[in-house]
Order: sequence, then structure tokens, then C-alpha cells
Amino acid sequence: MAEKTPLYEKHVALGARMTEFAGFFMPLQYTGIVGEHQNVRTAVGVFDLSHMGEILVTGSKAQDFLNYVTTNDVSSLTPGAVQYNLLTNENGGVIDDILIYRVPEGFYLVVNAANKDKDFQWLSSHKLDETAVVDLSPSTALLAVQGPNALPVIEKVLEYELESMRYYSFADLLYHGERIRVSRTGYTGEDGFEIYLPPHLAPQLWEELLAVGKPYGIQPIGLGARDTLRLEMRMSLYGNELTEEITPLEAGLGKFVDFDKGDFIGREALLKQKAAGVKQKLVGFVLKERGIPRQGYKILKQGQPIGFVTSGSMSPSTQKAIGLGYVDSEHAKAGNIIEIEIRNQKVPAEIIKGRFVIKKK
Amino acid sequence: MEVRKGLLYSKEHEWVQEVSDSLVRIGITAYAQDQLGDIVYIELPEVNAQVTEGEPFTVVESVKAASDVYSPVTGTIAAVNEKLEDSPELINESPYDDGWIVEVKSSEFDFSNLMTAEEYESYLKEV
Repeated sequence: MAEKTPLYEKHVALGARMTEFAGFFMPLQYTGIVGEHQNVRTAVGVFDLSHMGEILVTGSKAQDFLNYVTTNDVSSLTPGAVQYNLLTNENGGVIDDILIYRVPEGFYLVVNAANKDKDFQWLSSHKLDETAVVDLSPSTALLAVQGPNALPVIEKVLEYELESMRYYSFADLLYHGERIRVSRTGYTGEDGFEIYLPPHLAPQLWEELLAVGKPYGIQPIGLGARDTLRLEMRMSLYGNELTEEITPLEAGLGKFVDFDKGDFIGREALLKQKAAGVKQKLVGFVLKERGIPRQGYKILKQGQPIGFVTSGSMSPSTQKAIGLGYVDSEHAKAGNIIEIEIRNQKVPAEIIKGRFVIKKK
Repeated sequence: MEVRKGLLYSKEHEWVQEVSDSLVRIGITAYAQDQLGDIVYIELPEVNAQVTEGEPFTVVESVKAASDVYSPVTGTIAAVNEKLEDSPELINESPYDDGWIVEVKSSEFDFSNLMTAEEYESYLKEV
């Protein structure tokens, strides 16, 4: 039986279509994926992400430990900063992609819901003496407020000045007398905030955001639009673009791999791969004819298989069929025409550089 | 969800409208389009293609997934709704009218496996 987030009743009351995801009943959509997607791009949306995992790592050797199990340099994190990072195995394959918050008591890790137990076990089994790894997920709810109108809504609800908060930083604030954590982060490509708070406060915050946000056009947004929003911004999703068989170098995440920071699990394998050159690369592509690419479809070049699709959808912002996938490196250049095999038909697609939707800041 | 009177329905949530003795119009029901969500693409079959009752004859794609549409009758495609190529959302907006998908001709239709509107309504309560 799947778990319920503290907002389950709110979702049901709003008429959400619920789906089971990573062991939780989550809203897939409220009114429709396309409309919700547009609402985040043009106004503001609120997401229940309470299924995500939060893990606290503390102790005098917490930093050394985390630097050994991740690819990015944890020592470069300043207090109040957030870092994108990856847990890798000995082969350099991605165990999970995570956020690390430098908190006063140590390091606060936000991990993918589907990987939470796996990550917790991995961290616990590799931890050094004098470090503690604690799963805070059951006592943590998470709401995201995303979109061009996110700032005024969140400032009014929390009654804090947040305009000066920098992207990928956070602050611990008080909400109804209790400590909450607010970061300027997100998974949509829009300005926005993520709010970690005790579960019992989540329904109240949800209601206040919807009420105060009403003149700003706020809508609740389900996991369906969350997926199309991140895809348009070419952000990887664990289980699609990232798996234990894929390395950060293949996924185009090399800038989050620091070979100079000292040893870490997977370093040797990744160094070897870097020296030899990656055999496959993640690319973004746009279909040139009708059809929609989907996860698992074959990618061909002149009829020969050269890779596979990891994510695909109709882009609600551009009305084009877009996708991500891995192809043999020799075919990965932008402008290259590939073919996506859709139900035995070969549909031409062009590899493009960068995001599918360019946002003006 | 509207179940339109006077149409016949399949268990896979397609509707059949008898245009004449030898021609039917086919679409998906209001319930089906609601379950699929925003429809963003349909792969229309070719005119003159053969369709068989219970077998897929086209694919509709929502933002999330591709789904087969099963033919409720056996016959030959006489017409396809070409408006859906550029406006697949018509299936969401008007499943029984502007969102029709194909017309199928046959000298002798077999409707014995299809439901009346009343039977389909009760069927929906079970699914």
C-alpha cells in the first residue's frame, strides 16, 4: 500500500488524478498537463514534492565522507549554499543525482524518492567513523513554488524578503513559529523556491499559497507537468537519462565531476572513460515530422541503430515533439539528422544544442 | 462524463454511429479522452485500410503516453478526420462531434458485441 503525503486529502479534494509513484500516492494532474505546464511558464504553480527524500549527514568527518561518495567537490560549499551532485558506484554509474545543502549541523541531502532507501543504505554502508547518516524524510514535507510570479507569492505568504536570495542558496526561516528551510531551487527552468517543512504545517502552507497566489494566477501542478517542464529545460531525470549503467560524463554532467578534489568512488573508472573518450552521449532532438518519441524507442542513422530514447513528449511550449536520448558519440553533433523508430516507422529528427525552450531572464 | 444516446459502445471505450446501413463513424468516448488527458497527436490510418473488430487501428498520444485505439467493427476505412492532424485536441474538446476519428464501410456490420448507451453507462460504473 502506497503512502500518502500530508497533502493527499487536498489533492483528492481538488479532483486530482492520483498515481502511484515511488511508493506514494501523488497527483499526476489536476486540470490537465498542458494547461498546468503553461501556468508555470507564464504565472506560477505549486507542487507537492513530499515524496522526495531528505538525509542529514553530520559529524567531524561528514565532509570527507561525502566527498568520497560523490563526484562534485563538497568542500567548495559555503554555508547557505546548495550544490548539485551525484552519487556514483565503482564503475562511475550514477546511483542518484542529489542536492546538498550546507547546513549548520552538517550536510542536508535531497534525494530522488525512488532512490531514497537505496541511497540511505549506500551512505550508511560507506560512512566513516564519527559520521551519522539520518533519514529525515518521514518528518519532512516539501512544496515547490515555481514560475515568474513565484517571488511575490512566497514573499507575501512567508513575510520575508527573498528577492536577494541567490539561485542555489537557502535560508532557514520561521513559519508560524516553526523552522522551515527555503531554497531558490527548482526543476522547471523558472524562478522559484522549494520549501522544506514539518508535515503538520504543509496543509496550511498549501492553502495559504493558493489563497495569496490567486491574484498571481497560482495553480496546483502535478507530476505530469513537472516532467514536461524539466524536459523542455533538458534537465535529466533519474530512471530515464540517469541510471547505474550511465556515467555523468555520458550524461553531459562532467562539470559536476571534480577529479582534483581527491579520491572518490568511481573516480578511477571515470578518469579512464574521460581519457578514452565517452562512447555514447546524451543529446536533445526535435522531430522534423509527425510523431512523438518515447522512452525506449530506438535511434537510428541510415537505418543502423546508434542509440535509444530516454525521454520524449510533445513540448507544450513549442508544440514540437522533443526528446532526449543516448547516441554513439560520433553521431552526437548538433545539426546531425537522426531517425527515431516509432512503431516501425523511421521519423527524422535533428539534434539540437542546449535547451528546447529559451527563457529570457 | 457524457454518454451520448443513440450511439453504440465498445468495452474499449470507442463509440459507433450508424451513418447508413453500410457506413459507420467511430470515435473515442468522453470517458476515454478524459482518462487519456491532453491528446497531442494521433496517427491516423490510411483510407482503404482494413480494420478488424478488437484490433488496434490507430494510436492516440497524450502528453504522457501512447495508447492504441481498437476498432469496434470490421470493415474498410472510408474516411479519416484530417482535422485531427493539426488539432488532435478536438478529441478532448468534442469527442462525439468534431473529434470523430474515422468512417468505416462494410456490406454487413456485426454489432453484436457492442453496447447501447444505457449498457455502456452501467459498464462505466464497474470500471
